[in-house]
Amino acid sequence: MATREVISTGNELSAIAAVDAGCTFFGGYPLTPSSEVMHVVSDLLPKVGGTSIQMEDEIAGICCVIGAAMSGVRALTATSGPGMSLKAENLGLAQMAEVPLVCVNVMRGGPSTGLPTRVSQGDIKQASNPSHGDYRSITLCAGSLAECYTETVRAFNLADRFMQPVIVLLDETIGHMHGKADLPTVEDVKAGIVPRKTFDGPADEYHPYECGPTEPATLNPMFEGYRYHYTGLHHDKNGFPTEEIETCRKLIQRLEDKVMAHQDEIELNEEFMCDDLTGEDGEVLIIAYGSVSLAAKEAIRHLRADGIKAGLFRPITIWPSPAKRIKEMTDKIKNVLCVELNIRQYTEEIERASSRLDIEGLYKVNGRPISPNEIVSKVKEVF
Amino acid sequence: MAFNYDQYLRLEKMPTLWCWGCGDGVILKSFIRAVDKLGISQDDMCVVSGIGCSGRFSSYVDFNTVHTTHGRTVAYATGIKLANPDKHVVCVAGDGDALAIGGNHTIHGCRRNIDITMIVIQNFIYGLTNSQTSPTTPQGMWTVTQKAGNIDPTFDGCELAIAAGASFVGRENVTAPKKLEKLFVQALEHKGFAYVEALSNCHINLGRKNKMNSAMANLDWIDSITVSKRKYDAMTEEEQLNLLPTGILKQDTVVREYCDMYQDIIDVHQGKRGKITQDDFVKKI
Repeated sequence: MATREVISTGNELSAIAAVDAGCTFFGGYPLTPSSEVMHVVSDLLPKVGGTSIQMEDEIAGICCVIGAAMSGVRALTATSGPGMSLKAENLGLAQMAEVPLVCVNVMRGGPSTGLPTRVSQGDIKQASNPSHGDYRSITLCAGSLAECYTETVRAFNLADRFMQPVIVLLDETIGHMHGKADLPTVEDVKAGIVPRKTFDGPADEYHPYECGPTEPATLNPMFEGYRYHYTGLHHDKNGFPTEEIETCRKLIQRLEDKVMAHQDEIELNEEFMCDDLTGEDGEVLIIAYGSVSLAAKEAIRHLRADGIKAGLFRPITIWPSPAKRIKEMTDKIKNVLCVELNIRQYTEEIERASSRLDIEGLYKVNGRPISPNEIVSKVKEVF
Repeated sequence: MAFNYDQYLRLEKMPTLWCWGCGDGVILKSFIRAVDKLGISQDDMCVVSGIGCSGRFSSYVDFNTVHTTHGRTVAYATGIKLANPDKHVVCVAGDGDALAIGGNHTIHGCRRNIDITMIVIQNFIYGLTNSQTSPTTPQGMWTVTQKAGNIDPTFDGCELAIAAGASFVGRENVTAPKKLEKLFVQALEHKGFAYVEALSNCHINLGRKNKMNSAMANLDWIDSITVSKRKYDAMTEEEQLNLLPTGILKQDTVVREYCDMYQDIIDVHQGKRGKITQDDFVKKI
């Protein structure tokens, strides 16, 4: 596939990707360190006849995006941790009503106002369940400048495929990193767009929420003669509120199963220098994601130069987690080190998936990145 | 011949969940007659409601309909309208939606003057959830959260909307359904943010503990506190005390609508005009 070279930042690439992927609506509220996404789309969207609006608060930001998405367009919002907390309730409505949209979260130090201009990966757990209730979040995490672009594109396609919000996690380091990225061509991105499924039969035969037990709703655009109802309440096949026992059970079970039954379409991992790991003593598997994975790759080069056979497992789809692959990798390799800019947030998922409680960890929560040297030292210290 | 509402109703959802004697049905019927009078296609309209008794409004009418989270109608509607500037977008909110949890969105919808018709069903109480205090509950009335009597000052949504920049503001009372219908027609015809307060009764959860134990008693009280704007304007300040004016309270047809202004931004970015400057605006501060 042809590529093109650009020099840009992660936030900017995410914004450009959205527009290339056919997004025509942005709504949001300025929030460090994500604001550049809005800065860029506010120029790009009107160019293509789309709309970018700075709303009065984070809640309004997600709400107008849901509204636009309900009406049928591809829509984006961007924020950071405090904004995710505020958007949570309405992300829940989008899960319940099955409204596709993309929410970019450029992570900064938390909790609360935290460290606004510094890096963290503290929103990993939040991304799995930002709102109350049962549903499956789809969360992607960019580990390079190019992925800020490609994962945003993928997020739009997954949102329309599974009819739900998709969260794209960047972190402050990768969002503000400035450098070269090899990107797919715009033509290839456009050719890869899979728009959401629509129903084109007679309106009286249209039941937007009537679908197979592992399939998403089919929600036609508004204003085209298919009048139905959106609600955050438990609802029937036409979207109207109901408390009928089986209908309620099936609906929530379907929100779970539509994602989990199709994990193969969602899961994406990188295995870096893992090919020659055979399970012999002394080998090290590092698990990291986002900007930390860049330091981990550098550390692995150093470790190998020092004669320690190490490799990286990097989940790009964070949620649902690649539990099966984690199990396979951690069954094979004894020494596992999780490196995160939080305290054990994904390690606990690794422990769950691997059924192991001896996973080592390197964690940092002071707003500073983890250096390759720190990872090398940690490996030499614990294994 | 009596007006036939069937075309606009989701008949399978009837009867409504609203209590016997509730004014919300009068508002719903007045709204339908207004839409019919204007000849707006059901496919070209989106009705967005919030949470509370008024929240059910959207499920009863046969348009493109959205039942949102509490207080967020205007924010959802803003996205729908901006993505579809040629369609009609209507919010139906309760006083809690519009003036408590969603007050910020009401203010900024008015400020932007985006072409949304916001109908606020104002019944002075949180009715659906059993009589908690609303920002519009009169001081001294009984509520379940203030059983000793409400001490919280009330506020007037229409005055808020006027101050915040809505270009059309009006109020009517469910005891005058013809006037309500006319006000809805005018609001829907208006290009810009139209804030319409429809005063409704809640004899069940406001009336019972406040000596208005029937729909009629509650409606009589609403009648007693409303007066036409014309009469209101002729009154002294002392006479105006504890009265709410009805009719059109503000109508500005000069100020520009938001989607219309956003087209200027598109034109700038597409090289069809120069950058927007302060000279483009009469009132800019």
